[in-house]
Amino acid sequence: MTINPDRLSPALRTEALEQILTERGLVDPAVMDKFISTYENDVGPLNGAKVVAKAWTDPEYRARLLAEGTSAIKELGFAGPQGEHIVVLENTPSLHHVVTCTLCSCYPWPVLGLPPGWYKDPAYRARIVREPRTVLAEMGLTLADDVEVKVWDSSSEVRYLVLPLRPAGTEDASEEELVGHVTRDMMVGVAR
Amino acid sequence: MSSIANMGGTEGWGRATAPTPDEPPFAESWEGRAFALTLLTMGRISGRNLDAFRHALGSLDRASYLDDGYYGRWLNAAELMLTESAILAPGTVDARVRANRGESVEVPPAPEQDAKPDYKPTAAGSLRTVEEPPRFAVGDRVLVKDEDPTGHTQLVAYLRGRTGVVTIVQPAALLPDTHAHFLGENAQHVYAVEFDSHDLWGADAESFTLTADMFDSYLEPA
Repeated sequence: MTINPDRLSPALRTEALEQILTERGLVDPAVMDKFISTYENDVGPLNGAKVVAKAWTDPEYRARLLAEGTSAIKELGFAGPQGEHIVVLENTPSLHHVVTCTLCSCYPWPVLGLPPGWYKDPAYRARIVREPRTVLAEMGLTLADDVEVKVWDSSSEVRYLVLPLRPAGTEDASEEELVGHVTRDMMVGVAR
Repeated sequence: MSSIANMGGTEGWGRATAPTPDEPPFAESWEGRAFALTLLTMGRISGRNLDAFRHALGSLDRASYLDDGYYGRWLNAAELMLTESAILAPGTVDARVRANRGESVEVPPAPEQDAKPDYKPTAAGSLRTVEEPPRFAVGDRVLVKDEDPTGHTQLVAYLRGRTGVVTIVQPAALLPDTHAHFLGENAQHVYAVEFDSHDLWGADAESFTLTADMFDSYLEPA
């Protein structure tokens, strides 16, 4: 369906819609500010990094995380929209997981925040399920031929989080220090 | 009919974008406003639900889906939900933009009566309890129905007619296909089904497995 036949900019149309709904008492700009602030400041990949760092240092937590991801993540205080049921996928030296949502851009908000541009890009959504090694190489991750690839398409309300390999040389690092080694891209599976 | 949103496996999109570290959630401030407006629109204002929002996204034409970017797409879906629920008259937002920049244009009046759907969730979120046991177990081979539904679906087009293996029995959930149209929640079992890349894309395909979540009614025994 055509919504905006004259292609007025979405910035101007957003401003207009907010004006209309605010004037009619249907929207409170302060509530909008709070939603925006939450996802700009409080919910982001640092949450997921804390989950990963704990799993790297605490074998019992790691076992719980892999068996029951949602409750193990909730132990650290992370829950909310787009996190009803989270399955954690464990990378190994010979196995690499990568996650997409080909239908829209579903993403585990409580642990990773809102998705980055490349995740929402049709090139990623359309092609990662067809030629993942090629797409990952274009994004900077070249996998050895002997590494098995598993692609996960989030086509229901289940959300996936990749548990990456602990980087070499971090044997003496504390859990707090390890948090700094975890990137968003590792937890989606476009970095390793 | 498959919508533009059902793009898995389609061609012609060009190269993937390399990630940049520290990308902000919203590249421009209007994107955050569109995000928040859409979250408020899908439930509280238009009386719809998350699956109806996804259906609205998939109902957009190519330009409305692609040209305004991700949050522009959200904005367009929000406007569609607001006009379908008769909160806004069609064309209201564009007229307001023109009025804001000084053009002499009549902004359509708000509809006198809204047309919110007769819909109330039976519980928060999408997870539900199903009394009967799951039809399939881990290890079962299943065939994805080769159907092209007319309304909303979470059945990805590129797996229709393909055979895979159940690897996880997920929690049961309401069925988006009917939930999106306010035709009932129809809670079902959900299965992670794994497919071999060569079965999907041919003998020359890269070697990998592909897993997607399938609602019970999308599947038959193989």
